[in-house]
Amino acid sequence: MSWRRGRNPWRRPIGLATWTWAYVLWMFLPVAIAVLFSFNGGRSRSVWQGFSLRWWTGEPNASLLHDETLHSALRNSLVLALLTMLVATPIGIALAIGLARWRSRTASGANWLMLVPLVTPEIVMGASLLLVFTNLYTGIPLGRPAQLLGHVTFSISYVVVVARGRLLSIGRDYEEAARDLGASQLQAIRLVLLPLLAPAIFAGFVIVFAMSIDDFVISAFLSSGAGSETVPVRIYSAVRTSSTPALNALASFLVASTLVALALGASVMSWFRRRRGTKESALADLTSVGI
Amino acid sequence: MTGAPTSVTTSDGSRRRGDRGTLWGLFALPGTVWLLVLFVVPFYALVCVAFGDIDPVFRNAVPAWNPLDWSFGTAGEVLGEIFGGSLRKVFLRTISYVVCAVVLSFFVGYPVAYYLARHAGRWRGLLLALMVLPFWVNYLMRMLAWVNLLQVDGWVTRAFSVFGVQVNWLDGQPVTVVLGLVYGYVPFLVLPLYAALERLDGRLLEAARDLGAGPGRTFRLVTIPLSRPGMLGAGVIIALPMFGDYYTNDMLSRSPATEMVGNQVDFYLNATTQPQKGAVLVLVLSALLVVLMSYYLVSTMRMQREIRA
Repeated sequence: MSWRRGRNPWRRPIGLATWTWAYVLWMFLPVAIAVLFSFNGGRSRSVWQGFSLRWWTGEPNASLLHDETLHSALRNSLVLALLTMLVATPIGIALAIGLARWRSRTASGANWLMLVPLVTPEIVMGASLLLVFTNLYTGIPLGRPAQLLGHVTFSISYVVVVARGRLLSIGRDYEEAARDLGASQLQAIRLVLLPLLAPAIFAGFVIVFAMSIDDFVISAFLSSGAGSETVPVRIYSAVRTSSTPALNALASFLVASTLVALALGASVMSWFRRRRGTKESALADLTSVGI
Repeated sequence: MTGAPTSVTTSDGSRRRGDRGTLWGLFALPGTVWLLVLFVVPFYALVCVAFGDIDPVFRNAVPAWNPLDWSFGTAGEVLGEIFGGSLRKVFLRTISYVVCAVVLSFFVGYPVAYYLARHAGRWRGLLLALMVLPFWVNYLMRMLAWVNLLQVDGWVTRAFSVFGVQVNWLDGQPVTVVLGLVYGYVPFLVLPLYAALERLDGRLLEAARDLGAGPGRTFRLVTIPLSRPGMLGAGVIIALPMFGDYYTNDMLSRSPATEMVGNQVDFYLNATTQPQKGAVLVLVLSALLVVLMSYYLVSTMRMQREIRA
């Protein structure tokens, strides 16, 4: 009964709890303040001068609603993210299925090839892509086409990671049962495996969308000037100039649209789950990238 | 080839491991080809630019596609600068900033991950969601938030000046850059750490306590050694992007006094007509990081194999 001598080892760790909640505060307070300043009445992004919608809708030229450069940045970000999502997810899901079932020397090579982009610093990937588009694939112009190819390239591996966890937990039994009941291999995939994979496919869509919208380095390296600037690139180039709270409004809008996409995704996924009666949380698939 | 279910007739009904290898190969084909064309070939192009020539008239890069034509003039020049010239400082600075930022991230993130894994109780779901949320808040937005706070008239600067500290935080302060890196990347540390600590068998900690070890010794002799693989992986996963980071630095300092390798790469590739130098720098950086990258890859592969087995 050694604990009698010291403090109760099962007491609540107040220090740790305080530290954790302080961390949460530190993570979110600055961002919340930045959102708050998008509603600033004055031109400053750091001195509060009363609430107004000036930088969202009011200013005739400089507000988010009326400034064409901000529009084009938003449009570029959203279009790029949607296209990336539509191209990268199917490729990634197919690759995940292939890699999970295919056993050969080539397969393990392909597996390595899939993992390397996950650990390659973005600047290496961005520099390589820039140089290949300017020196070898010269038919593909910088700007949206090159950005799309680049975004798909870094997204594929994340889709594989998300799908693979699910493929492992599904196992091969259902497919083999389908085969035993007379389904062809392709029928087994289409009628059994893909429906079981649906949550992962969906998680793939959501994650690719969010990663593409969040990306800065690849978009910046492959941009062809102001016309193909995405929101992060716009923030980067405007932040140290005397820009107005409209920049905060732009950033806030981007974050809001990411979170809406995420929330939609999560609710569709939990709908999938409720229909199937499984108990895993939607969070599991979405966090599998981080873990 | 997809017609009759031939494999049903295999002697060993439950195992069809060998069948239809080609079909699975076809599934993997588009992704593999994509990565070959847009990941492997581009890296080769980078190497060819780094070891290529410079057009004598226009001064632009002429990549040497054939390895036999590679020339190492620019590479030698850059290496000379790294070992004895102006780039030496930049490399040393990069390494020391990243080391400081990773150590500080552990200091900040480990207690959070530990609390989450072992003590959060009914708050765990909410806290986990809060830990994931920064992933989805744009990185540049998070830096923008700090720029607003650290400007000369920003709230944080003014709070400091109340205590008599007058510093222009955005004017080439190493502290700002390192803390900016910590703020940017610590969420990517907390989640993998949480995963590692959560897998830890609580009975082992109880056993240590029952055998008379205090909380400090239990932590040092049991928790840390058991979570070491997870800690290393998590540290590597935040160190890698930090080494290539240039935007945190540009947002929070934009001064030659805090310049990192990434800034030099960005400068040579995006602001000058000498991409060779940028390409060589990327190669040097990749060579430095390949140890970290392979460590992570090998441990991931091992984990995959263990899960499969």
